[in-house]
Amino acid sequence: MAEEKEGKKKKTPRQSMPEQGPAVRAKNFDEVPFGYDEETAMLEASRCLQCKKPSCVEGCPVSVDIPAFIAKIKEGDFTGACRKLWERNALPAVCGRVCPQELQCEGKCIVGKKGDPVAIGNLERFAADWERHHGTGELPPIEEPTGKRVAVVGSGPSGLTVAGDLILKGHDVTVFEAFHLPGGVLIYGIPEFRLPKEIVGQEVNFLVRQGVNLETNQVVGRTVTIDELFEQGYDAVYLGVGAGLPRFLNIPGENLIGIYSANEYLTRSNLMKAYLFPKYDTPIIKGKNVVTLGAGNVAMDSARTALRLGAESSKIVYRRSRQEVPARSAEVHHAEEEGVEFHFLTNPVRFFGDEKNRLTGMECLQMELGEPDDSGRRRPLPIKGSEFKLECDLAIIAVGAGANPLLTQSTEGLKLNNWGYIITDPKTGKTSKKGVWAGGDIVTGAATVILAMGAGRQAADSIDDYLKWGW
Amino acid sequence: MFKIVRKEEMSEGNVILNEIEAPLIAQKAKPGQFVILKANETGERIPLTMADTDPEKGTITVIYMVVGKSTALFKTLQVGDEYQDVIGPLGKPTHVEKVGTVVCVGGGTGIAVLHPITRAMKEAGNHVIAIIGARSKDLLILEDQMRAASSDLRVCTDDGSYGHHGFVTDVLKEVCEKEDVAQAVLIGPVPMMKFASLVTKEYNIPTLVSLNPIMVDGTGMCGGCRVTIGGKTKFACVDGPEFDGHQVDYDELMARLQAYCEQEKQCYEEFCTLEQA
Ligand SMILES: Cc1cc2nc3c(=O)[nH]c(=O)nc-3n(C[C@H](O)[C@H](O)[C@H](O)COP(=O)(O)OP(=O)(O)OC[C@H]3O[C@@H](n4cnc5c(N)ncnc54)[C@H](O)[C@@H]3O)c2cc1C
Ligand code: SF4
Ligand code: FES
Repeated sequence: MAEEKEGKKKKTPRQSMPEQGPAVRAKNFDEVPFGYDEETAMLEASRCLQCKKPSCVEGCPVSVDIPAFIAKIKEGDFTGACRKLWERNALPAVCGRVCPQELQCEGKCIVGKKGDPVAIGNLERFAADWERHHGTGELPPIEEPTGKRVAVVGSGPSGLTVAGDLILKGHDVTVFEAFHLPGGVLIYGIPEFRLPKEIVGQEVNFLVRQGVNLETNQVVGRTVTIDELFEQGYDAVYLGVGAGLPRFLNIPGENLIGIYSANEYLTRSNLMKAYLFPKYDTPIIKGKNVVTLGAGNVAMDSARTALRLGAESSKIVYRRSRQEVPARSAEVHHAEEEGVEFHFLTNPVRFFGDEKNRLTGMECLQMELGEPDDSGRRRPLPIKGSEFKLECDLAIIAVGAGANPLLTQSTEGLKLNNWGYIITDPKTGKTSKKGVWAGGDIVTGAATVILAMGAGRQAADSIDDYLKWGW
Repeated sequence: MFKIVRKEEMSEGNVILNEIEAPLIAQKAKPGQFVILKANETGERIPLTMADTDPEKGTITVIYMVVGKSTALFKTLQVGDEYQDVIGPLGKPTHVEKVGTVVCVGGGTGIAVLHPITRAMKEAGNHVIAIIGARSKDLLILEDQMRAASSDLRVCTDDGSYGHHGFVTDVLKEVCEKEDVAQAVLIGPVPMMKFASLVTKEYNIPTLVSLNPIMVDGTGMCGGCRVTIGGKTKFACVDGPEFDGHQVDYDELMARLQAYCEQEKQCYEEFCTLEQA
């Protein structure tokens, strides 16, 4: 392969990552792709044209200097590559795995105009993994202690970013997390086969080694309120509590046994390790015929988890068409390879159960596309008389999440929009309450890891300013 | 880590009391609220409504019945041992105000939950009639505490080994008939709450029940705890755990509590075999 690189430089095809075969991986929880080896990574890096005005960077929500980190990989300076990534992105091992690159950097890459774009995500993942395995683990320098205390509520990607940035500036940072483990969606939502929990654990550990205090089992709003945090001497508070309110369909039969919100299904499997039951005590219903409602990343994760828990069939039921599927294309592709069936333009109408209140099936309606709606997507309309029945003993509802009111309702002076999300200044992340910032899914609604991190970075800068200069 | 400072066995060793160091929760908790406990790394998250709190000492008290693997595991913890995780206080506290005569009805370990509410109702200036029941005398818990917490205590046993021979619902009916009851609080096994609610409904008495569905997070993020109240879905962990007893779909709750009975049996049997070995 190295020779190929010498001769026909321009024709090097996009390097794919080796991965577990679909039949094998659909039965285990190990990560699907193995990642590049050094040689392949350098070869892929050589495909980058090192554009003067790199359009990939425009596509990156946190403006990673993409050509620079790729150049380091090409030179074989993998630590240097990772350092470059860290300048703008605290969690490259995570983002390389979960960002929707096809809509961001890779979607804008110039090489992609005429062929396959540079595999920026795969390279990011490679550099971060290399550093995790071979790096010195040396801690970055920390500024003189300022004596200021910051409370970060929520330990998802947004909160972790704030904590990481502010600890470097010499502030005393404590992260409060409601669950017994830190990581937010990275730990309870995204499954092991897509994002190994070891990676999340290492990222958190890195922060703790730098001096971040971690308080798990602290439900802010219940165990302690925001005003009490100020009374305890915290100077600033960041709210990165995510969009933790499951949406249901509100159709008949939804409370039957065998119907989960994706949040519950994935939390049982990932956080509570129900996939290792009975070694772990938390049980989970393992369906034979599983239907997942929705077609985002959450739905793909659910449908693929069901296969791994032994389902004979795993179906995605989505009321719009293939074009509107919001999941990362890599996930849809992986799901299809593993045997997940897709039913597009199909809307659930009701669930049926047996005398023990257990799910036995559902009624669906076929849809067709009508005029565009507010979101610009063509509105699906039901086709009269097209009802049909799907047999299923497990249904997972993955049609989105809303704002969880637990914290916001227990906090006075916090302005919310009509949907319950926190209103912030888009440049700084400042809320209407003095000394309080917010960002991530609790501001934008369920979005992406990188946007949550970007919001965290902005807020951290603003918090640092505030602690030095005032509100 | 949350250390156990006191352990008591009641009801022939089937019901266990743990007093646990949890200063933050002890300071905040109000009657009617619950905590979620997880014993160790591989453990399950189990919700238990608090039976008492001591803010000065920094402790909370929970009382649970050993019914499966997780509670059997809890029972192996001795004084000085620790729960890995205790989260709370969760749920809404009981609304306590002076309304006149309040009847508090408890069955099984529900009595433990009822105790602090009974006390708070009396402290608020109500005349509190408490009715507690068990299958037999040996299985009855917290009789003395309930006597102290209420103005008037009635005890019943199903087998007649102590107090009134019969169900709490019989005595409740009598009380409703004779007294001008302004409020009822019913806490116990689901069938007890269901039938006792039918009694108070007959007399048009506003009624609170405390529900204990299966939970995961206890903060409203999973919906596993959903219950149907007056035809609408509610999350018991944040909207409850207390609800209007006349609006609850008890049959759905009973069915949902059985969701994992097969897995639980498997897990429990394995655990018991290991314990004996
Ligand atoms: C299954 C799934 C798959 C996804 N896949 C992708 C993907 O492939 N790519 C992508 O970019 N995005 C993906 N997302 C979206 C992405 O994970 C989120 O946008 C991102 O995690 C939001 O980060 P956050 O920090 O705002 O919140 P979260 O990650 O939700 O973290 C919030 C944290 O706050 C804690 N918390 C909440 N309330 C309180 C409280 N009162 N007190 C203390 N702590 C509290 C929560 O327990 C949680 O740990 C996925 C989401 C899910 C659910
Ligand atoms: S747009 Fe593509 S080719 Fe240009 S710098 Fe970015 S990754 Fe390299
Ligand atoms: S226990 Fe998860 S929402 Fe109530």
